[in-house]
Amino acid sequence: MNAIMLVVLGLAGILSGWFVYSRFIASRIYRLDPAFQTPAHELKDGIDYVPTNKYVLWGHHFTSVAGAAPIVGPAIAVIWGWGPAFLWVTLGTIFFAGVHDMGALWASVRNKGRSVGALSETLLGARARSMFMLVMFLVLLMVNAAFAVVISGLLIDFPSAVIPVWAAILVAVGIGQILYRTKIGLLMPTIIGVTLLYGAIFLGVAFPVSLPETVFGLSDRVMWALILFAYAGVASMLPVWVLLQPRDYINGIQLFIALGIIYLATFIAAPDVAAPFLNDAVPENTPSIVPLLFVTIACGAISGFHGLVASGTSSKQLDKETDARLVGYGGAVGEGMLALAAIVCTTAGFASLADWQATYDAFGAGSVTAFVQGGATILSNGLAIPAGLAATILTVTACLFAGTTMDTGLRLQRYVIQEAAGIAGIKALNNPFAATGLALAFCLAVAFGAGEDGAGGMAIWPLFGTTNQLLAALTLLIVTVILARLGRPTIYTLVPLAFVMVMTVIALLAQIGGFFSAGNWVLLVMALVILGAALMVAVTALRVLGRSGFKLVSPAE
Amino acid sequence: MTGWLARLSAFLKAAYEAPYRRTMAREARARDDAFMMLVFGEALGVPNPAAPYTLELMPVLHEEFHDWHLRMGMDHSPLEHVKCC
Repeated sequence: MNAIMLVVLGLAGILSGWFVYSRFIASRIYRLDPAFQTPAHELKDGIDYVPTNKYVLWGHHFTSVAGAAPIVGPAIAVIWGWGPAFLWVTLGTIFFAGVHDMGALWASVRNKGRSVGALSETLLGARARSMFMLVMFLVLLMVNAAFAVVISGLLIDFPSAVIPVWAAILVAVGIGQILYRTKIGLLMPTIIGVTLLYGAIFLGVAFPVSLPETVFGLSDRVMWALILFAYAGVASMLPVWVLLQPRDYINGIQLFIALGIIYLATFIAAPDVAAPFLNDAVPENTPSIVPLLFVTIACGAISGFHGLVASGTSSKQLDKETDARLVGYGGAVGEGMLALAAIVCTTAGFASLADWQATYDAFGAGSVTAFVQGGATILSNGLAIPAGLAATILTVTACLFAGTTMDTGLRLQRYVIQEAAGIAGIKALNNPFAATGLALAFCLAVAFGAGEDGAGGMAIWPLFGTTNQLLAALTLLIVTVILARLGRPTIYTLVPLAFVMVMTVIALLAQIGGFFSAGNWVLLVMALVILGAALMVAVTALRVLGRSGFKLVSPAE
Repeated sequence: MTGWLARLSAFLKAAYEAPYRRTMAREARARDDAFMMLVFGEALGVPNPAAPYTLELMPVLHEEFHDWHLRMGMDHSPLEHVKCC
């Protein structure tokens, strides 16, 4: 099968979701009303509540939710063959992610822009709120640990990316200073910044940098992970305008460039998909496809993190309620397209089935490295970019996304710690240095506790997906409860909710068994906490829905 | 062409600022609040050696004073000589 076929089918599916299904959900289920006064207008304060142009808001929402995760997930999940990953990403985007993201926005807009966490307290009780905070902290913890492992692996596999990955930080700081100190528009700094970044990529290809295999008795992988955590610790305490804001901006631009060149190169090169539709010769120790597929690909199919962004910031800036379709569903569509690009790179970027099998020789192998290698093959065939340069471009893209997520994630972890310390009355942790240090200690414990050398950090990935899906289930539950109370059809959110919930719990049980037999106590404890939270959500869901009644058909109006 | 470029530039500017508008505004407000405390500190009983200078700033900050004391959890002006509400 040709990759063009794959892309065309996937895009046709996702776009029909956008043109048909999202319209139906927006007009019949959520009944978005252009005349409704959104919180951005009602509570306008110039700080949190600001009516924002819908395209700007979509860009902000999309770049906040799309990062390295929609690349890592599919890049691991194609081990079961391209078919399952492709179908889950396409159908997940249409029927799960879009409905979930738009629903989170709608629920928040109809409740004065309150976040899913705050809504869960009102609708489900205070315990749900604390559980929500805990799960959020664990998600951030796992994402930071996994991404540190991902970036260290990439920097070792592709030494040409070392210079541009760190130079990108300098470029970002430079842009931040120019914009802070001068009044020139954004266009010139953007062009100069992107040019400098690509200049650094050329420089990196000419001068690859590798750490010695052992430094102070630590392997290079551990060393990179430590350097990355040190960076994230420092970056998360800088004022946002110094580094995070310009870095996010450049990442956003780079996201569109990378998406554009991958799709363009796929259409020109028209590679054949080397991987089988369904891999019947999966390597030993690969977990069962059901339920693991549905937690390995979280971002790209359905992800609870989107609900946090949608209800946390986007809902307070929505100019008109009808914009929720573009921002919420459109954001999911964008992320689905990124996941689809990752599937194409990891299945069609290999010369033969044997090559592909050699890369995917164990569960968790391949991953982003396969994305970079496969993507580089497609780019060099399609756009005549030398393979080394193409690999560096993709490595830098993945590292930039993952790096910024670490920076933001650590910042959010610090806030959670400070808030929890405030409630518990521990004054020492109010200090940002102490709180950041504690957050870093947790991250290191997970990254290295999950496996010596930090390489075992990828064992966290499915657990991260599980936790993320649990958040998604919670958001879908809130939306379903609201729909049930309004007497509207709940089936369009209840079916995804039930599916995600069942898959999450089965996956958790399988993982708990795996961690127990491997003696991986850190992850075992985390998995047990998450299982407790999942069961609590399920029980609360049944109780609350039982009270408001399952109205599966719309009452006559 | 120039109009198109200007529109693009404005769009990019909005895209740059929108995600961090709230963080910036909060930080700015926190600093303004600290400054307000400095200016009105003497009147509230906090000794301030720079009082002769900050006294001159009081009328400038008068308009913002009302929002400030509301934000600080005081329903009415805490100062005798500042009647804002």
